[in-house]
Amino acid sequence: MTLPLSDLTAVLPELIIVAAACLVLGLDPITPASRKDWLAWLSLVSLAVCAGVTSSQMHLRVSAFSDLVLLDPYACFWKLLLYLASGLTILMSLAYLRTERIHLGEYYGFILLSLCGMMIMVSATDLLTIYLGIELMSLSLYVLAGFKRFEARSLEAAAKYFVLGAFSSGILLYGISLLFGVAGSTRLAAIAAAVGSRGLDDPALVVALILLVVGFGFKIAVVPFHMWTPDVYEGAPTSVTAFMAVASKAASFGAFLRVFLEGLGGLKANWYGLFLVVCVATMVLGNVVAIVQTNIKRMLAYSSIAHAGYALIGVVVAGQTEAEGAVRTLGVSSVMLYLAVYAFMTLGAFAVVAMLRKGGLEGDEIEDFTGLAKRQPLAAFLMLVFMVSLAGIPPTAGFIGKFYLFMAAVKAGLTWLAVVAVLFAAVSAYYYLRVVMVMYMRDPEPVEGPLPRLAMSPAMTIVLASTLAGVILLGLYPNPLVSVTTYAVLSLK
Amino acid sequence: MSDPTIQTTGFPWLTAVVFLPLAGAVMLFFVKESLVRWTALVVALADLGLSLPLWLLFDPSTPRMQFTERVSWIASPSINYSIGIDGISLPLLLLTTFLTPLCVLASWKAIEARIREFMATMLIMETAMLGVFVALDLVLFYVFWEAMLIPMYLIIGVWGGPNRLYAAMKFFLYTLVGSVLLLIAILVVFFHGGQTFDMLLLSRVGYSPTVQNWVFWAFFVAFAVKVPMFPFHTWLPDAHVEAPTAGSVFLASVLLKMGAYGFLRFTLPMLPDATETFTPIMVALSLIAILYGAYMALAQADLKKLIAYSSVSHMGFVTLGIFALNAQGIEGAILQMVNHGITTGALFLCVGAIYERTHSRMIADNAGLARPMPRFATVLVIFALSSLGLPGTNSFVGEFLVLVGTFLWSQAAAAIAALGVILAAVYLLWMVQRVAFGLPDGHNTERLRDLNLREMATFVPLVVLVFWIGLFPNPVLTAMHASVNNLIEHVDLEEVSLAVPNP
Repeated sequence: MTLPLSDLTAVLPELIIVAAACLVLGLDPITPASRKDWLAWLSLVSLAVCAGVTSSQMHLRVSAFSDLVLLDPYACFWKLLLYLASGLTILMSLAYLRTERIHLGEYYGFILLSLCGMMIMVSATDLLTIYLGIELMSLSLYVLAGFKRFEARSLEAAAKYFVLGAFSSGILLYGISLLFGVAGSTRLAAIAAAVGSRGLDDPALVVALILLVVGFGFKIAVVPFHMWTPDVYEGAPTSVTAFMAVASKAASFGAFLRVFLEGLGGLKANWYGLFLVVCVATMVLGNVVAIVQTNIKRMLAYSSIAHAGYALIGVVVAGQTEAEGAVRTLGVSSVMLYLAVYAFMTLGAFAVVAMLRKGGLEGDEIEDFTGLAKRQPLAAFLMLVFMVSLAGIPPTAGFIGKFYLFMAAVKAGLTWLAVVAVLFAAVSAYYYLRVVMVMYMRDPEPVEGPLPRLAMSPAMTIVLASTLAGVILLGLYPNPLVSVTTYAVLSLK
Repeated sequence: MSDPTIQTTGFPWLTAVVFLPLAGAVMLFFVKESLVRWTALVVALADLGLSLPLWLLFDPSTPRMQFTERVSWIASPSINYSIGIDGISLPLLLLTTFLTPLCVLASWKAIEARIREFMATMLIMETAMLGVFVALDLVLFYVFWEAMLIPMYLIIGVWGGPNRLYAAMKFFLYTLVGSVLLLIAILVVFFHGGQTFDMLLLSRVGYSPTVQNWVFWAFFVAFAVKVPMFPFHTWLPDAHVEAPTAGSVFLASVLLKMGAYGFLRFTLPMLPDATETFTPIMVALSLIAILYGAYMALAQADLKKLIAYSSVSHMGFVTLGIFALNAQGIEGAILQMVNHGITTGALFLCVGAIYERTHSRMIADNAGLARPMPRFATVLVIFALSSLGLPGTNSFVGEFLVLVGTFLWSQAAAAIAALGVILAAVYLLWMVQRVAFGLPDGHNTERLRDLNLREMATFVPLVVLVFWIGLFPNPVLTAMHASVNNLIEHVDLEEVSLAVPNP
């Protein structure tokens, strides 16, 4: 069997990333310890090249490898978002890894491999290919989560993540195999054709549907499949946490939307109610539990759960059977918009947390932010903007993201859901503002000797400047992002 | 009405007025520490100067929006940067630009820590507040409305008193919960009103009774928290007591007006049927606020708390006037919004001046100030008399109009509201008696400095306004006639044929 060239161009970005990952891993042993930065810059160059390639493919719609992957604007949108998240993660890691004394070359290799898995997830149109993408992503993340190998918490996080991740992958695989039994294929199109006409008459289909919900529920970390998130987010190195919270969540949502809307779209009357419950439960639990957290990474973990809940509003709207196609499409595009906005504000918040990290002493507890506005006014201001944006207050991007989700909900006749969501967004303001309060309204403890220095670097400056610019500019002028998501949205029947 | 807007000038005048303070706030970070106060003052005065021509060029004969500007902001859904003013927003806009320089002056010495950030926050606040009064697009309105929360939260929380953390968070959460429901209501109106966020277009749509009722209560929560109407007022005394003087002035003089403005701009024109249905409830809540606020004010030993509760009472008059739903009531309410801004703002400035000297806001610690501080005592008496509505001062005109309006709606309601006027006289005169003329109670108030030049500069403009509006209210009233009449016609209520009295 020969591969046509068109198939290869369809996965060109994936190929570049794999090549770059191999190159990074291969060069690592011969790179002196003081020059590991070069591997980071090499990874960034590969990301930049991929971004160029993917942008040029944005208008294409190519099915490759006999329908295993589909290169469409939808996939390209997610890929671009993933490049952005990976690039910012790598930039953020440079100084942070050095502070933590874990500056090893394979870190960048694993980030790239994980990214490659995510890219496969968002462009695959076959359940097994999606599964392969998920596994590639997850295996790399298990390693990354335990990267602080001298620290018990990090190892615990890795072990926990691995066990629960493997478990959920197994559930997902089981669901896929049952679906294969019903539909006779793992291609989404074939599954759609098989289930579309019959509804839920087959018990195997019921079980398969539930297993897929559980499997994907774990990956996007929604209630009640969220248990792993706080521990893993807390224990993992902060840069990895940021990467998981943003990139892995975005990729999982990308695959999740495609599977449920394209493959299982015919069953939307059946999964709609399920997601409605999950959506409300996630918003409630994520926001309420976040209030009592004292560790900023745990708090951000619960906040990321809550944000997945908001994003699910868009999924619920897309599954609303009575709504017309345009409304359901708005639901999907608002999920895409929300995750893009979420990427900027979450990466920014984690970058500030990473920046405050000083050799295992500080930066993880909310108390450590006490009086930051006096010690580090700029860092405090950045954190203020990210917190305000996460709380969804204008004129930041977080407001725009929520605005479109709520608009979709109201348009689909789910006004009550929007009301629940805004009320819990108001609850979330409490814990986000607590960080602001600690930074601005409490005086710092008098410290002996010189003030501790921030883990600052030119690369970190780029991260903070670009996330800040993203949060402010998208808040003031969201038009470009809105048109991209409208252009790249899945076409719903 | 063929065209609801008229273009008076080619220059984007309103944009300049709204965003000049923001530009000034940015500028503050680039000037020397010693020049921060002066820069802030110059910016605030420049903005006042820029806003005065709006009044001179304003055409009072038309209810249409003036000085309008419109630029597309977000393409899908169509959200516009659409601004303009009419007779309802003009007085509030001018009130805001007028008070900001006074707030800057009042913070000259009172704020020592992080003065640069403080002045910048104040100027950002000014932009957000002005934006609320000029926005003609619902989403734009909402953005300004919410954007104001963070600066106010910081003003209370960073520069406030001992219990500032609690007060700041309470203020923030109360107002946020109110305003998030506003967002949903805006979206509901959007989809039922023909997919536009244009306030003027949305006001011409007849909504179904169910939609009107739901949206009415969502709007109500948002605006009632801001006003604050009973029973949503509990954040106000805390916020006022803890906020620095300038924060209290902004809070009392401008922020509270935003709620009442919301009723006038949204609830009345968009939801006329629901408004009529629920008017008795609104009037009842207003009456409770008038009496309860006054009653609570009687019991306060803390000057700021006293004035805070008097605000609840006075704002009760404003909402009462609005929901009397006739020209007298609404014009009285708008005038009373301005008056309350001037008088209560001034009273908070008085407390600030005392606090700077004695570091206590307790009435007992500040007894008998007339002897050491005659100028101060004069000012305090003037504002207290104005606050209780003495004829010849500004509040008399406003309260009189509100009472006339209420009388036309229900004589019993007017009678109850009049009790509030009497109670106001009791608690204010009692306060003045103790603070100005009481016997010093072991506390050494003998050697206190009287008001200095800077402080006189903050009070004199306010005194002038008190008497000007009190004796010649027509310039202010004329500006709002056309807009108010249009509003009333729009709400489709029978206009009561009683000429607006000219006191």
